[in-house]
Amino acid sequence: MSQGNAEIKEIAAQEYKWGFVSPIDSEVIPKGLSEDVIHLISAKKQEPDWMLEWRLKSYRAWKEMKEPTWANVHYPAIDYQNMVYYAGPKQKKEGLKSLDEVDPEIRKTFDKLGISLDEQKRLSGVAVDAIIDSVSVATTFQSQLKELGIIFCSISEAIREYPELIKKYLGSVVPPKDNFFAALNAAVFSDGSFCYIPKGVRCPMELSTYFRINAAETGQFERTLIIAEEGAYVSYLEGCTAPMRDINQLHAAVVELVALDNAQIKYSTVQNWYPGDKNGIGGIYNFVTKRGLCKGVNSKISWTQVETGSAITWKYPSCILKGDNSVGEFYSVALANNYQQADTGTKMIHVGKNTRSTIVSKGISAGHGQNTYRGLVKILQGATGARNYSQCDSLLMSDTSGAHTFPYLEVNEPTAQMEHEATTSKISDDQLFYCKQRGISAEDAVGMIVNGFCKQVFKELPMEFAVEAQKLLSISLEGSVG
Amino acid sequence: MIEIKNLHASIGDKEILRGITLKVNKGETHAIMGPNGSGKSTLANVLAGREAFTVTQGEIQYEGQNLLLMPPEERAARGIFLAFQYPVEIPGVTNNYFLKTALNSIRRFKKETELDAMSFLKLIKEKAQLVEMDPAMLSRGVNEGFSGGEKKRNEILQMALLEPKLGLLDETDSGLDIDALQIVSKGVNALRNKERAFIVVTHYQRLLNYIQPDYVHVLANGRIVRSGGKELALELEQRGYGWIEEEAKAAV
Repeated sequence: MSQGNAEIKEIAAQEYKWGFVSPIDSEVIPKGLSEDVIHLISAKKQEPDWMLEWRLKSYRAWKEMKEPTWANVHYPAIDYQNMVYYAGPKQKKEGLKSLDEVDPEIRKTFDKLGISLDEQKRLSGVAVDAIIDSVSVATTFQSQLKELGIIFCSISEAIREYPELIKKYLGSVVPPKDNFFAALNAAVFSDGSFCYIPKGVRCPMELSTYFRINAAETGQFERTLIIAEEGAYVSYLEGCTAPMRDINQLHAAVVELVALDNAQIKYSTVQNWYPGDKNGIGGIYNFVTKRGLCKGVNSKISWTQVETGSAITWKYPSCILKGDNSVGEFYSVALANNYQQADTGTKMIHVGKNTRSTIVSKGISAGHGQNTYRGLVKILQGATGARNYSQCDSLLMSDTSGAHTFPYLEVNEPTAQMEHEATTSKISDDQLFYCKQRGISAEDAVGMIVNGFCKQVFKELPMEFAVEAQKLLSISLEGSVG
Repeated sequence: MIEIKNLHASIGDKEILRGITLKVNKGETHAIMGPNGSGKSTLANVLAGREAFTVTQGEIQYEGQNLLLMPPEERAARGIFLAFQYPVEIPGVTNNYFLKTALNSIRRFKKETELDAMSFLKLIKEKAQLVEMDPAMLSRGVNEGFSGGEKKRNEILQMALLEPKLGLLDETDSGLDIDALQIVSKGVNALRNKERAFIVVTHYQRLLNYIQPDYVHVLANGRIVRSGGKELALELEQRGYGWIEEEAKAAV
């Protein structure tokens, strides 16, 4: 083993810092999944009947479906009956009248995570929807946003307050039967965020959701829906962490984005679910369906993701480029360290004329990590002048990790222009020595080289999150066994 | 400043340095010349602490301390700078960021306050003028897509910024055209003073027209076979290395 490898390995043995459990008084329903459980969840959320029906229909469809096995990830069979489908902190009162009423324990939890629920401590204009387990516990800046006609609330609240919008858009991009995990989500989805940006409005602050899993043996089924009306713009961010536990937990999310004429949605994720320990025990299974519909002309949807956590990631944020001249972008950094497995990528479906898509994927594999890029670019007949640029770069940090690339192309339009580039590299001993000869420690050097590798993606993140992502990446480079 | 005694070093099973003894005082410039494979680059790299080489015998005292016990980053922090023969590319990391990290790492080691972004930019722009480097190059990735000459200039820029006590130039002239050679030499000469020492490794006498050494040493087969003043370099230029190698062989 080279000196460099030994150092990269050493740098790493740093602990997951967000692995604490909060002593929050929780209400947890019994394990298992059945129509009764769905009735119970729906009742807890005080949902209208049509929503309950939607859930039940999805559940019945799910029961007929099979868990997909095509991804390059390996895990023991999940027992869907040995899991809790609803857990939420007990609120002192029904319905918070102001943020001051948030349980101090919850406030403390988020403070510890570096997320302030205090609007006075407004950090660089970010509104936060804070979700613990199955429940949204607080949403900041709602009233200020409302003055502009922007709706930013939990999906549970949206179902009660804005049923027409929900009926129109929920499941319109990711139908309940889309895939096994989407169907499961549609049946039991817990909480997530709802954003509606009215015509011509540019959302003046970043909207963000922070997902926290706290309760044990509980699945989290996030459901998020973002709608940008004609000419609207919104930048949305999500972050997530979970306690360290040696039993795997499931996070099966569905996110739907709809951009109408000339609208733009920028969706950024910093995913830091507990990845399991250095032997691969524990960690979150992150099975996520994210899809955006560029419905209108000149619309644009950008996905930027930094995936450092989770034991298993199965996630393909995609764009359907339906409107003419619409643009889809996917920028991704995925890290697989220790025994983490990531199978992630995107789908760009070109339907409209002169549609453009860009894919930049940076995969980092360390320890025994397995990192797979899987992407589909599909140009439908009639999508004249469609263009795609794809770039997939892999960085291997150990001899025992793996990088895999599966790009799929389906082109049914002769005028399409496609470009694809792929590279695989290692941190060389020469690079490390060069840095050290300039007085830079091996630890700083590895962090710097990896961040340099990811730069194209980080520059797509809002500034303060780019800084966070860089730090996160540096401390997530755990034990690469050379 | 630095005293090397009977230094032996190998890479893998292959012994490259076979007993080097050399003393360099502050303010002096020593040229190390020799044919390909004589071990001159190895010497520079061993002084800088490159892990690929194993020191099997001998000792090196640097400012009264055992250099061989120091990791490379500590040697750098204590003032040893190696201008690389093949500067390494670090994609995506800007020159500015890299240099600021390096400078502040060394300042931290010396318990000096770190420079903030503004002070650093001011400083680096001054230094860039010394090697006639376009400031735009500072925003590019470290050596990323740089020409051979640009890479070497970048090395001298780094040296000017980090202000070492002992500068090691490893074949800095290789791959340079005459203009670049002049610029690089000018940069080095501007850094020469009575405190700072240099060890200049080169195959050709040409560089020594610009950077005039106080002493010249000729390496062959891992040993210093001849030492002298700068006139020795001229003699080598005229007669080549063959006669020295013959003499060295005869001596064994």
